[in-house]
Amino acid sequence: MTVHQRDWQAFVVPADDGAVHMDLAVDGITCAACMGEIERGLKRLPGIRKARVNLTSQRLAVDWVEDQTGADEIVAELERLGYAAHPFDPASQKERQDKTGKQLLRCLAVAGFAGMNIMLLSVSVWSGNASDITPETRDFFHWLSALIALPTVAYSGQPFVKSAFRALSAGRLNMDVPIVIGVGLAVALSVVQTIQHHHHAYFESAVMLLFFLLVGRYLDHNMRGRTRSFAENIAALKAEVAARINPDGSVREVPLSKIAAGDLVLVAGGERVPVDGVVSSGISEIDQSLVTGESVLVPVKPGQRVYAGTLNGAGALQIRVEAASGATLLDEVNRLLETASQAKSKYVRIADRAAQLYAPLVHGAAGLTFLGWLLAGMEWQPALVIAISVLIITCPCALGLAVPAVQVVASGQLFKSGVLLNSADAIERMADIDTILFDKTGTLTLAEPELVGEIDRQDPVLALAGRLALASRHPLSMALVKATGALVPLADVQEVSGAGLETHVDGQRLRLGSPLFCGATTEAIEAHLLAVPGASLLAIQYGEEPVRLLAVRQKLRSDARDVVDQLKAHGYALEIVSGDTLPSVAECAEELGIENWQAAMTPSAKIARLEALQSDGRKVLMVGDGLNDAPALAGAHVSLSPVSAVHLSQAAADAVFLGKKLQPVFDALSLSIRARRAIEQNLWISTVYNIIAVPIAVAGYVTPLMAAVAMSASSLAVTANALRLKWGNRAAADASASTVFGPVMSTKGE
Amino acid sequence: MDVLIFLIPIALVLGGVGLVAFLWSLKTGQYDDLEGAKWRILDDDDLPERKNTQ
Repeated sequence: MTVHQRDWQAFVVPADDGAVHMDLAVDGITCAACMGEIERGLKRLPGIRKARVNLTSQRLAVDWVEDQTGADEIVAELERLGYAAHPFDPASQKERQDKTGKQLLRCLAVAGFAGMNIMLLSVSVWSGNASDITPETRDFFHWLSALIALPTVAYSGQPFVKSAFRALSAGRLNMDVPIVIGVGLAVALSVVQTIQHHHHAYFESAVMLLFFLLVGRYLDHNMRGRTRSFAENIAALKAEVAARINPDGSVREVPLSKIAAGDLVLVAGGERVPVDGVVSSGISEIDQSLVTGESVLVPVKPGQRVYAGTLNGAGALQIRVEAASGATLLDEVNRLLETASQAKSKYVRIADRAAQLYAPLVHGAAGLTFLGWLLAGMEWQPALVIAISVLIITCPCALGLAVPAVQVVASGQLFKSGVLLNSADAIERMADIDTILFDKTGTLTLAEPELVGEIDRQDPVLALAGRLALASRHPLSMALVKATGALVPLADVQEVSGAGLETHVDGQRLRLGSPLFCGATTEAIEAHLLAVPGASLLAIQYGEEPVRLLAVRQKLRSDARDVVDQLKAHGYALEIVSGDTLPSVAECAEELGIENWQAAMTPSAKIARLEALQSDGRKVLMVGDGLNDAPALAGAHVSLSPVSAVHLSQAAADAVFLGKKLQPVFDALSLSIRARRAIEQNLWISTVYNIIAVPIAVAGYVTPLMAAVAMSASSLAVTANALRLKWGNRAAADASASTVFGPVMSTKGE
Repeated sequence: MDVLIFLIPIALVLGGVGLVAFLWSLKTGQYDDLEGAKWRILDDDDLPERKNTQ
């Protein structure tokens, strides 16, 4: 690959005292030795202030004085030590410090500290009530508890108050609304009871409730943060940069966020086109499979539009970056994407649905209790105390944990089988699925083309052609190199732009490239294309020997047939919707045993098919990677995208799967069904708990001790139930983890 | 029960010290890399660097 000088200013951010800071994703840090080696190695460079490896996120943070060392020396030093590193684009890292996580942890610490101290005082009061505590001592202990609890609730309750307020101001009801009401009333009631010298106060219940819920919330946040940072690492290691041609003619590599409309970008042979734009000079062939689904190479010349994510063939192209202009594929995709995403936001999460059911029911029950006791002739104040104790005992502790606990465990399991979640509620929605739509190219098949059929590695002409192919970064040449295992390049290779390569071996001319360049007859070409539909042809001509034609095409993922069979066995309806030509889709569908398929589909045809299925009441999972799949991905009930997909599709999909296998699709579905079941069980556990506890509370027999014990027990029950997901799936996840992560990044396979 | 006059403030202060220590450790970034910390104790970075490493 052509290496351009990188514009380092675009990657560093200013730090203290005139130093600069840079974050890098480092591939292959797996052990303590690597960590020490990198840190010590970098500190030998002049001007390095701080070099620190984070083994959890597999990142390196470096601070240095800019005029003493350059960023390229740092990367070169890392390379010398044997680590591939790529800097993060500062614009893509929105939350480097993880402020939300730290805020949650602080709230958790405060609630934990306060909970322990109040519990200490409460236990004394409870045991004292049973023996001989003096009223003065009890009041003193209650006042102390209030002193600790009031600031704690004000501080640690913030995440819940904010979320409840946001929901209410948007006219919705979520689980945080009853939580805030419950905690607020418990504290207020306790203060009143303390003033009136009562025997009981509920301070510990309020604080312990916050503590339990914060534990759940922190774990949830942590899991999602880990998934997100892993995805960011993959993006950075993909080196999503563009070589910008400056007005003075110099070429600098900059992060994509620094590219603006009107910039000129250089794309060398064999590179992916980083931007959407129009070719301003150069001739080449483009592999558009990621965009249109077509697997055949398309020739491009100046004036033609190219899309980000497509693979450039042999020729270098200069591309003028252009925003969408109204009539292109990209505009159509963007327009469809917008309408499709609006439709999806209507989904209401299970937890919120439970809250909508729960809040009126419980608050209604509390209201009726109050009225009931009033009618039975009780004073208004004790009646109110009983009504509030109903609210406290039904405190949505178990209900608030029921869904997040399962989500934390399930997304951890998914992470291990190579599925990274984009949206938190994807697991719930995935459990509803009955129909799966697959894109073909890049989804059922791999993104990189490979030679069709076995070749004879001993064949001298093929071996020569393989060595000749080393001179080019063209995707077809690379497929030939891979198939022949060639290592030694040939000398004096001439490249004929847009046609192929040529050299002389033992006085004989050797050509490799397009069939016409090598002099193949039209009949031969047509015969080959008929035999292998949808393939691109690579021709070899050596001296006077007849021209040889090799078909190159994207191969099916190695386990595609198995996964399709598994999915069918579980009763899913499968369908292929592809933008590729009819014969190649037909062949693929037959090979996989999928009866329903459609070829040559435009983005709007895909989404029309999706809507037709959805109006039949089907719940559709869309699996796709191309630009043409993006609207369907956004519009489907839930969607998955391989990690090789274009940006837009990855952003539109609910989850991304890693690796070269299709297995994660099946794993995700089966795990989400188990997760959904666990969520429902948890909701039942909390319902049963409430059915037992509410009558006792309505009758007025609840004491703070009972409230504390019942609450902890129900929280532990739902958490333990969620953890069962992990135990059941351990063996399977361990087996797949190593294979999935292997090719993308090395991890410890934990 | 006069002893409570000493014991309760002491208990609260000790708890508070624990809380402050935790918040300090959080602020200084000690929870940023839970995976790496366990390996760092094995790292002999206090030894003089060996000569002829290159």
